[in-house]
Amino acid sequence: MIKAILIFNNHGKPRLSKFYEHYNEDTEQQIIRETFHLVSKRDENVCNFLEGGMLIGGSDYKLIYRHYATLYFVFCVDSSESELGILDLIQVFVETLDKCFENVCELDLIFHVDKVHHILAEMVMGGMVLETNMNEIITQVDAQNKMEKSETFIFQSTRQDR
Amino acid sequence: MSDVVEKTLTALPSLLSLDSQPGSAKLSTNSKLGNLIRGITELTSKHEEEKLIQRELLSIKEQVSSPNTTMRQMKELMVRTIYCEMLGYQASFSYIHAIKLAQQGNVLEKRVGYLAVSLFLDESHELLLLLVNTVLKDLQSTNLIEVCMALTVVSQMFPKDMIPAILPLVEEKLSHSKEIIRRKAVLALYKFYLIAPNQVQHIHNKFRKALCDKDPGVMSASLHIYLQLIQENPEGYKDLTVSFVTILKQVVAGKLPMDFNYHCVPAPWLQIHLLRILSLLGKNDQSTSEIMYEILDESLRRAEMNHNITYAILYECVKCIYTIHPKSDLLEKAAKCIGNFVLSSRINLKYLGLKALTYVVQQDPKLVLQHQMTIIECLDHPDLIIKRETLELLFRITNAQNVTVIVEKMLDFLRVSKDDHTTIDLVGKVAELAEKYATDNEWFIETMNTVFSVGGDMMQPDIPNSFLKLLLDGFDSVEEDRKLRLFAVNSYISLLQGEPSRLPQRFLQVISWVLGEYSHLNGDLEPDVVLRLLAKLLDMKSSSSETKSWVLMAMTKLCSGGAALSVAREVSETYGSSMDTMLRQRAQELQHLSQDSQLQTRVLPQSSSQEAVEVDSSLSFLDWFVSEALAAGAAPYKPPHQRQEEMSRSKALSLEPYGLSLPISMSSCSVADRQSPTLLSMSSGLSGDSTELSHKGSSTTLKLDGVKRVWGREGYLAQREPEEEAAQVETPAPLQSPSQQGDKDSSHSQAPTPTQTPESEQEKQQLASSLFVGLASQSSASLMGKSEQTSQRFRRKARSPDKSLSSSEQLTNPLGSPSSGADNLLLDCSISSELVSAPEQTHLQSLDLTAANSACDAPDGDTKGRKTLSRDDSVSAADVTPHEDPDRPKDLRLASYLPAELSGLSGLPHSEITLVCSNQSLDLSACHVQKDDSLEFVVFIKNSSDTSVHQVQVQVSCEELEVSCVCDSPAEELKSHSVTVCQYRLTVKRPSVYFELAGVVHYQLPAGSLQTEQFSHKLPLKSFIRPLAVSTEDYGTMWLAFSHDTKQNLPLLSDEQEPLTATLNVLKKKLQLHVVEIIGKEGIVACCLRPDQPCLLHCREHAGMLAVWLRSPVPDLPDCLLYHCQRALRER
Repeated sequence: MIKAILIFNNHGKPRLSKFYEHYNEDTEQQIIRETFHLVSKRDENVCNFLEGGMLIGGSDYKLIYRHYATLYFVFCVDSSESELGILDLIQVFVETLDKCFENVCELDLIFHVDKVHHILAEMVMGGMVLETNMNEIITQVDAQNKMEKSETFIFQSTRQDR
Repeated sequence: MSDVVEKTLTALPSLLSLDSQPGSAKLSTNSKLGNLIRGITELTSKHEEEKLIQRELLSIKEQVSSPNTTMRQMKELMVRTIYCEMLGYQASFSYIHAIKLAQQGNVLEKRVGYLAVSLFLDESHELLLLLVNTVLKDLQSTNLIEVCMALTVVSQMFPKDMIPAILPLVEEKLSHSKEIIRRKAVLALYKFYLIAPNQVQHIHNKFRKALCDKDPGVMSASLHIYLQLIQENPEGYKDLTVSFVTILKQVVAGKLPMDFNYHCVPAPWLQIHLLRILSLLGKNDQSTSEIMYEILDESLRRAEMNHNITYAILYECVKCIYTIHPKSDLLEKAAKCIGNFVLSSRINLKYLGLKALTYVVQQDPKLVLQHQMTIIECLDHPDLIIKRETLELLFRITNAQNVTVIVEKMLDFLRVSKDDHTTIDLVGKVAELAEKYATDNEWFIETMNTVFSVGGDMMQPDIPNSFLKLLLDGFDSVEEDRKLRLFAVNSYISLLQGEPSRLPQRFLQVISWVLGEYSHLNGDLEPDVVLRLLAKLLDMKSSSSETKSWVLMAMTKLCSGGAALSVAREVSETYGSSMDTMLRQRAQELQHLSQDSQLQTRVLPQSSSQEAVEVDSSLSFLDWFVSEALAAGAAPYKPPHQRQEEMSRSKALSLEPYGLSLPISMSSCSVADRQSPTLLSMSSGLSGDSTELSHKGSSTTLKLDGVKRVWGREGYLAQREPEEEAAQVETPAPLQSPSQQGDKDSSHSQAPTPTQTPESEQEKQQLASSLFVGLASQSSASLMGKSEQTSQRFRRKARSPDKSLSSSEQLTNPLGSPSSGADNLLLDCSISSELVSAPEQTHLQSLDLTAANSACDAPDGDTKGRKTLSRDDSVSAADVTPHEDPDRPKDLRLASYLPAELSGLSGLPHSEITLVCSNQSLDLSACHVQKDDSLEFVVFIKNSSDTSVHQVQVQVSCEELEVSCVCDSPAEELKSHSVTVCQYRLTVKRPSVYFELAGVVHYQLPAGSLQTEQFSHKLPLKSFIRPLAVSTEDYGTMWLAFSHDTKQNLPLLSDEQEPLTATLNVLKKKLQLHVVEIIGKEGIVACCLRPDQPCLLHCREHAGMLAVWLRSPVPDLPDCLLYHCQRALRER
């Protein structure tokens, strides 16, 4: 199970936080801070796995992260997930974002929090990996985005599609 | 045209300000979110941000609640709220609007509404109920996107109780024509399975259908479910092994559509999942394992691409091969794979390689030897995580020969590590190794010193406890004990002479205890020198009051004669007026004892700390007091945590401030003795074991361990060897001697690092031989389990169950809670019970506190293990004892009026029918009949007058009982000399020693006047007790799960031949307890009030008494039951 997905920038500003297990508001903020603290200390040439801190649940939990330019992508998972598998899942996620936003940058994530969430929802559902194929994810998201561009039109056409 | 120009102009400033950022051009700059974000980025302080966001939230609040806001605007507002919430500012006012948006918006707005709901709320939030209808509607929508959204939100969070409402709809989606819907439905059902497994039991067949779905995506989603199901019950799914193997074969052979390829690897995540499932299925099962050998071999062979994801598959393969029934050529290939991982220059792979090594070291220590040079390099790796993993590996291969080197490496790591979690974990491991494999006294004490100083106040409280206990218990040789203690004393003296202010509180507590107890061993050491050093600790600002009270206790033990007295006087004067009552008491004690040397020698016999001191840990000498108080109507004792719980439940005045000053810090209280409750029951009235159990008992496997420990043979916990694994191990190939091996490997590992100087290489080889010494000579099976083949220095003294009064056990008391401030002085100072009875109120107080059991959060009653009541038992042993005055008039004929199902024919005996109230017109009598699951209370109303009465109504109530009316007095009219009967069913709400039923009867005389008569009837708790037939195993599970307990010594029927059996039989007969099993001098007994109100008794014959330990999930039940046990045995 994936417990949480966090994205923050080099200064620890959260850009996206999605928890698949309930924590109260304060704990969530603390987890973000603690995770940033753990991750930001690490050099570039060390491994991408970390043992979870106290808040997240101790040694049974792992933080798996990747650092892209100004952003950290952190997945907090339990022992039932494969470390390398998740590492590549992050890659898929970022590549998908890149395709959807055409050269994704931090600002895209800030201004389109909702879109990022929608993309994520096609990948991970309730903490379980739903889809790992980038094209499939994009197809799903596109189907929804199409509606955004011409709302009224799509409203009818989706009905006809099915 | 002008439009375009205008837009460009407004966009210009933002383009200029942001142009360094690619992609900024496409951002909508005049959106409100944009403004907000720009505002935030311009701020410099957290405080300003807070102000800005609060302002923003206020304006959002205003807008969302305005009726003119359109859904479209609402959507925009929600996105802004999401942003604020992400930054950690709560916007609870918007939750209801998010739900509204999901309800009323069009598809796009709905999507944002659902998103906001899933980010803001959790499954227990009350507002979520409002969403259920929306979800229901959307699940039935024809728009696929709406269905998808509903399924997504359902799998994120859905109230457990509402699952049945939508379950049929979600189930239906399993046969939807679109694969994406089927897939989401499978995951939603999996989520339901996780939160409420019972509710989806009937659709297990449909899961199978999903597994066979023609779409691989749906099939792979269903693997989530199977992974979970097989983890819980591997036996139930063995038949699917062939299917899983076939699926994996097809995947590996590339039969899936190209879409599923990732970097040319066919469906890697799917493969990983399948391999996990296979390893679960093949574990300890040769025939199942044989099915998968071929495909595992194939997977290993195919996964040769040089990409991350293939390594993920390989890693899973290797783990699977080492988990299932072994096959030698596969093991060989897997070992080679691990080698590739470990030797890889990619750091992630190295990490996984180390993990794999740690995993297989129990079966294949040879592999560790092969890679010893790499492991040593990893020890010096700049990445702390790699280092940490290496230490974990070393921890598993530690033996008496390499312990010094390994512990030193661990301590080195501890000194640089800043992570609390790692520190706590590692400190525990070092302490374990040090105790287990200590080579000599100096090393042991010094290692523990480092552990205490590094571990600080974060470490598990049982580390200092078990250390002190080790010092106290000693070993087989008295001389050795003395040396160890002396060394400890000397080492601590020099520490105190240094800079004690740097030492953590826990360490200071340990030091003061040891000095108090053993500083006399050093003849050259004047007590006043020690006292002065200790006094210095008192003056330190950093010392906590807990530490101070430890110091004062140590001083109390030391102050004897001469210069020591003046120090003692000074200190006791300072602290005699302390605001802290605990310190004040300690100071008073110090003062009194230092002045009265006679009393002191009696109370603190210096030389005899080794001698057994009779400590009645169950405080049975106070029994008379307690039972008198109970009989006089006092409420049974409740531990403080329970009292507080109840207070908070009843929403009464908060006890918080008082709670804080309670001298026992309940949570940190833990018992020194980590063995079975058998030992605990006599060793400690301070028992904090429930705390220990509660944090250990969170997983089921650990609970099972506990069961074995209680009723199995005695044994050190770590010695238990997973036998299956041992059996699995292939006989290792003959090993080379470590040094040879080292040579061979060094040449091997030299290749990648040719620049190394020969000296450092030699150094590493030396390290290698010291680290891996002894590995090759040991049998592979013993490595992991650390079974003690090598001699263990600090072997704890053998405990024979008969030697129940041996000093070691008696003296565990002082250590019961070294971490707690209220550490019982009485016990600590080894005071005999004389002082206890001294009329010092303070002492009684502290006694009271010791009787308190530590707080415990153990989960409430586990009902699984319970069996149904045996009817025969309850009938034969039915309680028919009269409990009313015998000289009251009885009316036996009334018995014939008993309701048919309760009368003699039913085989249920009724208690004596007693008159409860009588006046000129009515006679009321009552009796009770014990049924299996309840107590039936029958009231007989007899009209004794010559005229009939009307409208007879009886009401019965009791605070502690649930009274339900079975048949109320039906009589409109009660004729002269006739009888009517009311029957009530009673079940216990809250246990009490006696239940006082209060009744009122209303009736109308022919004259027309309304009459009321009150009556009462007393029922003992024992009428409600029923035997609880459980197996020993279930008993063990339940025992660990129950949180309320009490302990007591009861008289034993020692005149019988088998006193324990005889005593238990009396209890069985009188109280209808069920004797589960009697093993030697211990017996376990179970009973219940209702099936969900069990109570377990653990009885132990001990020093001519019966030490009883009761546990139950129901508060007060142990105390009340204990009272009846006491009565039953006394009345015999």
